[in-house]
Amino acid sequence: MIHSLFLINCSGDIFLEKHWKSVVSQSVCDYFFEAQEKAADVENVPPVISTPHHYLISIYRDKLFFVSVIQTEVPPLFVIEFLHRVADTFQDYFGECSEAAIKDNVVIVYELLEEMLDNGFPLATESNILKELIKPPTILRSVVNSITGSSNVGDTLPTGQLSNIPWRRAGVKYTNNEAYFDVVEEIDAIIDKSGSTVFAEIQGVIDACIKLSGMPDLSLSFMNPRLLDDVSFHPCIRFKRWESERVLSFIPPDGNFRLISYRVSSQKYVDGSTRICHHISVCWVELTFPCFMLTVGYLNSSLLPLAMAHEETRKNCLVAIPVYVKHSISFKENSSCGRFDVTIGPKQNMGKTIEGVTVTVHMPKVVLNMNLTPTQGSYTFDPVTKVLTWDVGKITPQKLPSLKGLVNLQSGAPKPEENPSLNIQFKIQQLAISGLKVNRLDMYGEKYKPFKGVKYVTKAGKFQVRT
Amino acid sequence: MPGAGELLLPSSDSLASPLCSGRRPLSTLLSIKNLLRKDTAYNPWSVSFLAPLLSFLSAKHSHISAKCGPMTRHDDLKEMLDTNKDSLKLEAMKRIVAMIARGKNASDLFPAVVKNVACKNIEVKKLVYVYLVRYAEEQQDLALLSISTFQRGLKDPNQLIRASALRVLSSIRVPIIVPIMMLAIKEAASDMSPYVRKTAAHAIPKLYSLDSDQKDQLIEVIEKLLADKTTLVAGSVVMAFEEVCPERIDLIHKNYRKLCNLLIDVEEWGQVVIISMLTRYARTQFLSPTQNESLLEENPEKAFYGSEEDEAKGPGSEEAAAAALPTRKPYVMDPDHRLLLRNTKPLLQSRSAAVVMAVAQLYFHLAPKAEVGVIAKALVRLLRSHSEVQYVVLQNVATMSIKRRGMFEPYLKSFYIRSTDPTQIKILKLEVLTNLANETNIPTVLREFQTYIRSMDKDFVAATIQAIGRCATNIGRVRDTCLNGLVQLLSNRDELVVAESVVVIKKLLQMQPAQHGEIIKHLAKLTDNIQVPMARASILWLIGEYCEHVPRIAPDVLRKMAKSFTAEEDIVKLQVINLAAKLYLTNSKQTKLLTQYVLSLAKYDQNYDIRDRARFTRQLIVPSEQGGALSRHAKKLFLAPKPAPVLESSFKDRDHFQLGSLSHLLNAKATGYQELPDWPEEAPDPSVRNVEVPEWTKCSNREKRKEKEKPFYSDSEGESGPTESADSDPESESESDSKSSSESGSGESSSESDNEDQDEDEEKGRSSESEQSEEEGEKKKMKKRKKVPEGQREGSSSDEGSDSSSSSSESEMTSDTEEEQVEPASWRKKTPPSGKSAPAAKEISLLDLEDFTPPSVQPLSPPTVVSTSLAADLEGLTLTDSPLVPSLLSPVSGAGRQELLHRVAGEGLAVDYTFSRQPFSGDPHMVSVHIHFSNSSDTPIKGLHVGTPKLPAGISIQEFPEIESLSPGESTTAIMGINFCDSTQAANFQLCTQTRQFYVSIQPPVGELMAPVFMSENEFKKEQGKLTGMNEITEKLTLPDASRSDHVVVQKVTATANLGRVPCGTSDEYRFAGRTLTSGSLVLLTLDARPTGAAQLTVNSEKMVIGTMLVKDVVQALTQ
Repeated sequence: MIHSLFLINCSGDIFLEKHWKSVVSQSVCDYFFEAQEKAADVENVPPVISTPHHYLISIYRDKLFFVSVIQTEVPPLFVIEFLHRVADTFQDYFGECSEAAIKDNVVIVYELLEEMLDNGFPLATESNILKELIKPPTILRSVVNSITGSSNVGDTLPTGQLSNIPWRRAGVKYTNNEAYFDVVEEIDAIIDKSGSTVFAEIQGVIDACIKLSGMPDLSLSFMNPRLLDDVSFHPCIRFKRWESERVLSFIPPDGNFRLISYRVSSQKYVDGSTRICHHISVCWVELTFPCFMLTVGYLNSSLLPLAMAHEETRKNCLVAIPVYVKHSISFKENSSCGRFDVTIGPKQNMGKTIEGVTVTVHMPKVVLNMNLTPTQGSYTFDPVTKVLTWDVGKITPQKLPSLKGLVNLQSGAPKPEENPSLNIQFKIQQLAISGLKVNRLDMYGEKYKPFKGVKYVTKAGKFQVRT
Repeated sequence: MPGAGELLLPSSDSLASPLCSGRRPLSTLLSIKNLLRKDTAYNPWSVSFLAPLLSFLSAKHSHISAKCGPMTRHDDLKEMLDTNKDSLKLEAMKRIVAMIARGKNASDLFPAVVKNVACKNIEVKKLVYVYLVRYAEEQQDLALLSISTFQRGLKDPNQLIRASALRVLSSIRVPIIVPIMMLAIKEAASDMSPYVRKTAAHAIPKLYSLDSDQKDQLIEVIEKLLADKTTLVAGSVVMAFEEVCPERIDLIHKNYRKLCNLLIDVEEWGQVVIISMLTRYARTQFLSPTQNESLLEENPEKAFYGSEEDEAKGPGSEEAAAAALPTRKPYVMDPDHRLLLRNTKPLLQSRSAAVVMAVAQLYFHLAPKAEVGVIAKALVRLLRSHSEVQYVVLQNVATMSIKRRGMFEPYLKSFYIRSTDPTQIKILKLEVLTNLANETNIPTVLREFQTYIRSMDKDFVAATIQAIGRCATNIGRVRDTCLNGLVQLLSNRDELVVAESVVVIKKLLQMQPAQHGEIIKHLAKLTDNIQVPMARASILWLIGEYCEHVPRIAPDVLRKMAKSFTAEEDIVKLQVINLAAKLYLTNSKQTKLLTQYVLSLAKYDQNYDIRDRARFTRQLIVPSEQGGALSRHAKKLFLAPKPAPVLESSFKDRDHFQLGSLSHLLNAKATGYQELPDWPEEAPDPSVRNVEVPEWTKCSNREKRKEKEKPFYSDSEGESGPTESADSDPESESESDSKSSSESGSGESSSESDNEDQDEDEEKGRSSESEQSEEEGEKKKMKKRKKVPEGQREGSSSDEGSDSSSSSSESEMTSDTEEEQVEPASWRKKTPPSGKSAPAAKEISLLDLEDFTPPSVQPLSPPTVVSTSLAADLEGLTLTDSPLVPSLLSPVSGAGRQELLHRVAGEGLAVDYTFSRQPFSGDPHMVSVHIHFSNSSDTPIKGLHVGTPKLPAGISIQEFPEIESLSPGESTTAIMGINFCDSTQAANFQLCTQTRQFYVSIQPPVGELMAPVFMSENEFKKEQGKLTGMNEITEKLTLPDASRSDHVVVQKVTATANLGRVPCGTSDEYRFAGRTLTSGSLVLLTLDARPTGAAQLTVNSEKMVIGTMLVKDVVQALTQ
């Protein structure tokens, strides 16, 4: 499968190579460099490149290219997924996945790569197992190591690989047993010129930080699990339990991991799955509250229209857009200046403050400079990349922040065809915009009482306002 | 080289010491080298004997030369490697690995490094392995000296060491050791440890790539490993299968169902490989589900709910369908085909994009049209992932959306483009949007496109214009709108946009040129400005083609072009010649001279294409004396009506490649790509997939092996989890499984299965007998014998079963054979863990035999049981002041005697235990366990006591007082209390005598973790009302005739669980109540039994895990 891996930095230096089968010469990367040159932007380097004898599959992460060499047919996603897993592991081990970090820890990197693939086929990719095999570097440990000559390689033989729950390491012990869950929701939206929403959906994840001793068996239930219609799970979650009870039941890995990610969409899907889903939920009602039997009969007859009506209401209420933007950007014909005026304000914020607001605009190439005055926050304009960044901060409804001023254009150049679109970032603490709420967390299998916590955050994801 | 592997090579370190004192290493080295060269047979074994010497000497040599000669490279490193200090060695190895990582050559250090292969320090060792694997190929001779270390490692008692030895051994690409590798792989393939077997599977492709002659032998190993039942091995062996012998599809037959069932528990990487292999398999073995599409379309509702319908039909009809399969009409899906679809579906929710894609392609290639839709949602979800993932997914979606547009239509908006997307993603999204456009959504799509046209990304704009063109050709209604829009774009300031529009307009105009004279005129004007060759060429072609619509402008355009001819691009020049020829034919009066001018210019062009064209055209159009035949038809040739081009997606027909594959992405066959076969006309025999149920004797061996790898989910908490092939409808699963097992057990004929049924009854009868008998040995035996018909029994029960909401426990029982085998294994666990106390494997099998000794040999007899438990009763009554439990509510004791320590393992000491169900005197939270000791040896056993227990958190033990002496033949009973903390985790402790220690463990059945409570009917109902929703577990079951009477039901329930009966008004309802011992949570059990035998069991308890397990146990007890 995966033959070799080359790590390449932005300036085109191959600073690490690893071969799992026979050695492949570095010169194979020339094809990659060629493709990289052809694509003006790093993002546009095709992930799969065909060369006469090999195929190169690459990912771009944190200003580094991970280029893998493939010789035979393999699902490309398999390789891409693996390379991202490698990058994630570096991130996990060194705190960042940068050239410097990798160079500093080249031996650990090599040991990791050695364990992760065997003959090009993934062997141990779960972070918990890897950490048992190779301990992540810490300052303390490196000091101790240099004094005592001990090593990062675990001296006890890891047993995680052998168990049926490969994601959890054995013999975990904590003095403070804690389980934290972060419900993070990102709003992806496209808002058109007139301010109406073209497309909006919520991309949510539940990230967990579990520090529990022993083998705890957790089950996490929600107030409104119905919201979670499109979910992907960490392998530890018992799928069947979710299907039947809508409860997340799992034996967690130790440490940080992503429990689920989900998508709440504003689009109505009148496809099979929705119908079946309604069907099931009605059955469930029947079982739990026998007194509702009559109502159920009624429901069944009008199931479909009702379902659709429900979807309709979901469309309106689920993906609430918490901010609005007023904008007027205009460039005068035959003149070297234009006007720029953007105001941002809160909308349906459910009593929470909107923080960390940033507006990023990629201005057209002909823009030379911008003279703006913000009523709040500060702005920067990079005349090389033509990126305007306005760091607004907190929005208070009393005084709406705005950014006004003039745009200097290159004289003589025709006025730009189009207005740039605004990318907006914001953050709302203690709110899950979809309304998802964790009901309770139960622990089985261990006796102690863990400390439990849930945090909700809503952020802007790919939030774009077309102007 | 037969038997070569047995040769134990001398290890480097053992050789090193005597030679250290060698005075003349250099000369020795030379002579050895000569020796090696002379050995013409090149016997690897002589090499391997000598190699260590060689390496040692060469190391020594370099050392010497370093001292006397000029410093060679890496001397410091060599020196560090030669020291005795691990820290220095480690430092050196780290520096060497860093060199390797940077791609620098470190091969000259080989001898110095390889010496350390037997180093004690694990990190040094690992780094040496890294080095070895990297350079062994280059220094084959020297690499051989490390082999002996690995050979020793292969025999290590620790499975991890065995595995890593095999891993490194197989990674050394030295052809000489092929026989050793082969032997090692074969041996590892039948290793006890699944992890070692997994490593063996990994080693297979390595060996194959080293020496493809070994293929036949390797296939044998693959065949063996394919039969492995552990999830750990499955993915790796299928990978090996794909690399070595993907054409041997016949190897899969017997393992097909197993692979389907294991799939959900295999790690992600294995899942991808298995799924894509099974896709290919299914294409060869099943009939196309779409062949009767028309039939399904007649009844769309049925098709829509097709899957449910199938599942509701019950096994009977499916069997009938299977029988009707050869007749081919109507199409009925093979149950195995259905099994695959059903078991892969949950994986659409995997976190791994690769798995989701694999399932998506499986559904795309294998599922009936009506069911393919489910994959859309998952694929759309992947679009939020990394841009590389997006890129691959969008490519596949683009292909799928051509064939199955409806599937992605609801998700149209998810493909809308953001200005921040990378261009390659934008273009793919555009492709999808165009594919999805239809009559109804075209207005929205076009509105989106309008936004895109104003983008700053010009490549993207060009692609958008192309997309508009495609929409216009595909959807007649919007053709004019599109054309108008494109014409407006002609006045765009950006030349690229204009050029692209021209090209697209040209294509559109070809469809209906007559109405668009104006547009052509407009285009003609553009020739002055547009510089993009493709656009100029397009305009010229258009004017030439439709010159009769623009008779006045065309000659003028030609005049201008003739003027600039030499400066044009080749493609434009060709079109100028074309235009000239066409005009000459239609309007020769005005253009004759111009044409001749152009042609003579072209005659001297540098490009031979243009020269050729000019010559050819001249011959055709200019009438000459000799050949007039062609020129007479020149008009027909040049001005023939040309069909309008069809604007097609570049993703059309890409689906003949397996989706998700590299070949599909590149649209070219990649090396090693396995063609996705077409559906067979006639389905191959489905019975090849039937698996024979192994005989019980064989099973027991496997069970032994299983003990360690018992699926996690089935042991401590009886709820199902992803261990089984999860599916929304458990009933259907049991259906197909039971079918498979019944098919395998019996033949196809029904008469035989009747016999089978009778046997079954007998078995049942016997098994209930065994229940009553307290003899362990007998019971075990029965367990084992029961295993064969178990599948069938379940099958018959699911025949009657009609419940769709039946919870997981039923399906657990009926699930794959693996689990069935494990079930007894967990019982077995109560025998002392022989792996620990009995060191050798042989002894285990001895013990095994002992298990079957006839009951009479056992020193214990039934009367003792009664008397001891009576004693315990008395004890409980006198020693506690807890409320008196009505004796009716609680039978004498719970589950019968369990063995704690077998008399053979205990060297004469036999220990059994029973759960007395009496409150434990010391601590009300403890379960009281009666331990019965009997001494069957001929010496007294002294000082029996509990030694340091190793308990899971929460569990505590109140030890019994030490028994000072137990004389031969004597028995005694002690009581100990265990607080299981409301879990079924086993309490492990040591039983110590004065001389020995035995490791034992007590695992409570869930029913023993509670104590009965007395409550009234009203109280019961009130409490039950509080415990609904998730705290309620309901299961439907059918009571066999034998257990329909009141007495039997009550007896069976109370035997299974320590619950008290609650009086009840209605006759066919039974209620029981209890509290868990540790937390005191209520456990309420209701059994609603109809006279017909149908019954519903409900357990309400805050402890959901306990509830689920209890339901499972009670159902099992009642249906037996």
